[in-house]
Amino acid sequence: MTSPLSRRSFLGLSGAVGLTATLAACGGGTKIGSGSSAPASAAPTFSGGEYNGPKVNLEFWNGFTGGDGPHFRAMLDAFNKEYAGRIEVRNVTRRWEDLYPAMPTAIAAGKGPDVAVIHIDWIGTFAVRSVLSPLDDVVSALKLSDADFIPAVWQAGVYGGKRYSVPLDVHCLGDYWNAAHLDKIGLKEAPADKATYQDALAELAKAGVAKPFWMPNKWPAHLMFMTLLWQNGGRLYSEDGTKALWGSDQGAQALAWMVEQIDKGYSPEKVAIDTQYAAFKNDKVSFTWDGIWQINDLKTNAPNLRWGLSPVPAIGDSAAVWSSSHNLVMTAQAAKDANKVQAAKFFIDHISRQSTEWAKAGMIPARNSVRQDPSIADLPQIKLAADPGVFHFLPALPGVGDVQSKALELAVAKAVLKQSSPADALKEGVVTADKLLADNKRKYAQ
Amino acid sequence: MSVLTRSADLAGAATAAPAGAARRMRWWTPYAFLAPYLLLFAVFMVLPIGFGFWTSLHEWDISLPAKPFVGLEHYTELFDPASVDGSRFWMAMRATGVFTVASVPLLILLPLLVALLMNGRFRGRNVYRAVYFAPYVLGVAVVGFVWRYLLDGNIGLVDHYLGLDVQWTTDVPPAWIALVGVTVWWTLGLNAVIFLAGLQDIPRELYEAAMVDGAGPLARFRAVTLPGLRPVTVFVVNATILASANMFGQSYLITSGAPADQTKTAIYLIAETGLRQFDMGTASAMSFILAGFLMCASALVFGAFRDRSKP
Repeated sequence: MTSPLSRRSFLGLSGAVGLTATLAACGGGTKIGSGSSAPASAAPTFSGGEYNGPKVNLEFWNGFTGGDGPHFRAMLDAFNKEYAGRIEVRNVTRRWEDLYPAMPTAIAAGKGPDVAVIHIDWIGTFAVRSVLSPLDDVVSALKLSDADFIPAVWQAGVYGGKRYSVPLDVHCLGDYWNAAHLDKIGLKEAPADKATYQDALAELAKAGVAKPFWMPNKWPAHLMFMTLLWQNGGRLYSEDGTKALWGSDQGAQALAWMVEQIDKGYSPEKVAIDTQYAAFKNDKVSFTWDGIWQINDLKTNAPNLRWGLSPVPAIGDSAAVWSSSHNLVMTAQAAKDANKVQAAKFFIDHISRQSTEWAKAGMIPARNSVRQDPSIADLPQIKLAADPGVFHFLPALPGVGDVQSKALELAVAKAVLKQSSPADALKEGVVTADKLLADNKRKYAQ
Repeated sequence: MSVLTRSADLAGAATAAPAGAARRMRWWTPYAFLAPYLLLFAVFMVLPIGFGFWTSLHEWDISLPAKPFVGLEHYTELFDPASVDGSRFWMAMRATGVFTVASVPLLILLPLLVALLMNGRFRGRNVYRAVYFAPYVLGVAVVGFVWRYLLDGNIGLVDHYLGLDVQWTTDVPPAWIALVGVTVWWTLGLNAVIFLAGLQDIPRELYEAAMVDGAGPLARFRAVTLPGLRPVTVFVVNATILASANMFGQSYLITSGAPADQTKTAIYLIAETGLRQFDMGTASAMSFILAGFLMCASALVFGAFRDRSKP
C-alpha cells in the first residue's frame, strides 16, 4: 500500500495543472501488490477527448456469461471497429465466481485485465487490495456527480477518499411469474403485497399448481433474505462494519416467511441450487425471484414459456429489494503503462456513455437521465426502477463477501433446509459474522 | 598393443575385484548417482512443502503486501472447534472421513468382483471390459454436471423413473449415497483394471497345482488368488484411500457442499479458503493437518498388510 502521505499529496495536488505528470505517476504508484516497485511511467490526467497515443491492447474482463453477454460483445465490436489501429480491446468473459478469485493474482502476475467490470460490493475489497486504480479524473471529465446516479451506487465507488469506479447499471431481484398459471386464477400480474401474494399462492395450489413458489436454500436465497430483511426495516451491518445486524427480529421474521412457504406446502423441501429456476423455465413453478439478468436467458432458452416480470412484492412494511451494480474499473495492471491508462480511461468514458444500448441486455441504466429515455421505456426491467429508493445494496466493506458466504448464506441455508429454526440459525450466523468482521477490520486496516 | 594392455588391466581389475571396487568408491559416489533425483525431489517436493509450511505460519493473503508472522496461530485456531475456521475445518474433515469410510470398501470389493469376472474367458470379453472402464475416461466436470441434474430431488430423472421422492443432492444421508454411488460408478473401472493386471500375473501353475490337490473354486480363491493379489491390493487400498480423502469435484459440482456445508470436504474447504478467500495461511495449515491424517492412514494400511504377510 502507498503511505497515507502519498495519497494525501495525490489528492491535494490533483487540481494543479502543471504537475499532472507527477500526479499520474502517483496514481500509477498505487499499483502495489508488492508495494516496492516504482511507477514505470507517467500518464497525464484524463480530460476527455480522443486517445492520441500509440496503439495499445487492453485486456478486458467481465462476467457477462448470461443473456447479457452478446449485447456487451456487440458494444465491444463496435468500439474495436471504430478505433481500429489505435485501441484494441480483448474480451475475456468468465463466470463471476471464477473472475473475482482470479483477478488479484492475475493482475499481480501482469496477466490480468487492464479494464474490468465488477460488482459494487467488490470495490472496497479490491481497492484495499490495490487491485484497482483511481478514476477521479475520468469522473470529472465526464462531469459526473451524485446527482446523476442513485446515491448508494455512486457512494460505493469511493474508497479512502478516491473514486475507483464508474457505474454502468443497476440490477435487482425481480418477481418472475408464469402467465399461464396466473391466468388460471384470473390474475394479470404478480400480486404486490403480502396478503394478496399469499392468497394467490393458495389459489394456485387449488388450481392445480401443486408447488407454485419453490424456495431455494442457496443462491438466490440470501438475496431473497436480504430483500425481506430490508422490507421489514432491518439492517445488514453497522455503519462502521464491526457488527452484523441481520440477526435482528426483522431478520428472523424475514427468514421465517421463507421457511413458511415450505411449511404451507407452496414449495418442496430442500430445493437444490438453480432447481427453482430450471423448474420455472419448465412451466412447473408460478413465481420465482431471480435477478433481472435472466430476462434474455428466458427469452432465448424458454421461448414457449409465457412469463412476466414484476417488482418483488412488499412482504414487509415497506418496498425494498436487493440490488447491485456493475461498475467499470481500471486495474493496477493498466496503471503501469501511461498509454494504457489513457486508453483505458478513454474506453471507460466511451462505454459508460452507451447506457441505452446496455439497457437492452436486461439491465437498468445507472444514470437517472437515461432511465427516463423513451427508447428504453418498454423494456421489462425499467418498471422495476420506478422508484430507485427501493434499491438496497450490500455495503462495500472490504472482505464483506467472505462474511456473507461463511455466515449469512450458511444461516439462510440452514433455516431453509430446516436444520435449525430461523432465529437459531441467524443467532449462530451472527456470532460467526462478528468474528469475521473483527478479523477483517484488523486485516484490512494496514 | 593398447588392446593387449587394456585387456591385461581388465583382467587385473577383475581378479582384484572386491578390494579394487572398495578403493575406487569415493564417499560421494552414491550421492552423485542420487543427485538427479535429489535435485528434482528438492525442487518439486521439499521446497514447495517447506514454502507451504512457511506460509502456514503467516497471515498470508495473496494480494495484501503485509504478511505478518503469526507462528502457530493458524494451527491453534484450527484445533479450537469454537473458532470460525476451526468449526468449518472439522466439519469438512468429518465429511472427508464419512466419504472415505463409505467409499473405500466399495471401491475395493466391487472392482475385485468385476476383475474376477473380466478375467474369465468368454465372448465379448473386451466389450465388457471397455464398458466398465468407460466412465473413468470422463472428466469430473462431465460426471458431476450430468449426475447433478439426474439426481435432483425435484426435477431429476432418477427419482422420476424410480418413483422416489429422495433429495439426493440436498439432504444427508441421501447425498452421501449419491456421492459414493457416483464415485463408484465413475472410478470402479480403474481399480478393476489394476486388479485384472494383478490376476493375470498370478502363475497358472499355482491354480493347476491347487486343482490337483483337490481345491475347489472357493479354496483356490482364498489360497491362491488373494495372496497373489496382496501387493496389488496394498497399492489399490492406499491409492483409493488417498483419492477418496482428496474428493473435491463431486461434492463441488453435485451438492455444492449442501446441505449447509455438510458435504463440503476438506479439499473443497482448502480450495475455497486459499483460492477464493485468498487466505493462504489458514489454507496451508489445513493442508498440513490433512496431510498428517493421510500419512497416518497410509502407515496403518502398510502396517496391516505387512503383519499378515509374515506368518
